Amino acid sequence: MVHWTAEEKQLITSLWGKVNVEECGAEALARLLIVYPWTQRFFDNFGNLSSPTAIIGNPKVRAHGKKVLTSFGEAVKNLENLKATYAKLSELHCEKLHVDPENFRLLGDILIIVLAAHFTKDFTPACQATWQKLVGVVAHALAYKYH
Amino acid sequence: MLTADDKKLILQIWEKVLGHQEDFGAEALERMFATYPQTKTYFPHFDLQHGSAQVKGHGKKVAAALVEAANHIDDIAGALSKLSDLHAQKLRVDPVNFKLLGQCFLVVVAIHHPSVLTPEVHASLDKFLCAVGNVLTAKYR
Repeated sequence: MVHWTAEEKQLITSLWGKVNVEECGAEALARLLIVYPWTQRFFDNFGNLSSPTAIIGNPKVRAHGKKVLTSFGEAVKNLENLKATYAKLSELHCEKLHVDPENFRLLGDILIIVLAAHFTKDFTPACQATWQKLVGVVAHALAYKYH
Repeated sequence: MLTADDKKLILQIWEKVLGHQEDFGAEALERMFATYPQTKTYFPHFDLQHGSAQVKGHGKKVAAALVEAANHIDDIAGALSKLSDLHAQKLRVDPVNFKLLGQCFLVVVAIHHPSVLTPEVHASLDKFLCAVGNVLTAKYR
């Protein structure tokens, strides 16, 4: 069980309240595919991923980014119960999607950069530390049901 | 592998960093200590509180090395050879930690120059920081 201090919960929920999930999700997924191009291996059916411009403009990337970050919102609402929250998604990523959990960590790191660029000075060291902890814990929960 | 395009983008972003590299170095370290507390184990002799002169001094050293690498981007291994020896023989910082500092450096650039850190620049800078980390750990064994 992960322990969250009152301060950490504050930093998470207050920041999340200001996040545009659609924009942020699209940007995070696009950057993942651009910065770590091997992650494109999971998205053969997404059409044109041939350049950063193509990736950023790709409607499937935008839609999927929104989906992924919307799911992240569930984590924010269920900080005390992340393993249960992600149990089904974890099984899905293992059994059907065959995604190496390392990719969850990569996406988490990218999300931190996107948040930093968006919130600039408001993304204080304490904020960064809390959110890096959160993405790590989400990645762990998503990998938990792997077998 | 750093392509010609990567090198161009890295030098572009470096122009923005120059003049602030010491502050950026110190801020990256501070963020690394806050975000990844295990990294503090390499600095038991430092005052790690916010504003620490030791952290500022060390941030200056780290930034200088990155500037050196950027200025010799076609031969980072040559430029950082002595630093590579130092890390292998004396400092022996576990290789995983270079990624952690790299992540914090990217965060600092994102905070201070969000519009310059386009996805393409982000990718190139990430590659550059990885290359530096690889050079510094190349002689470990």
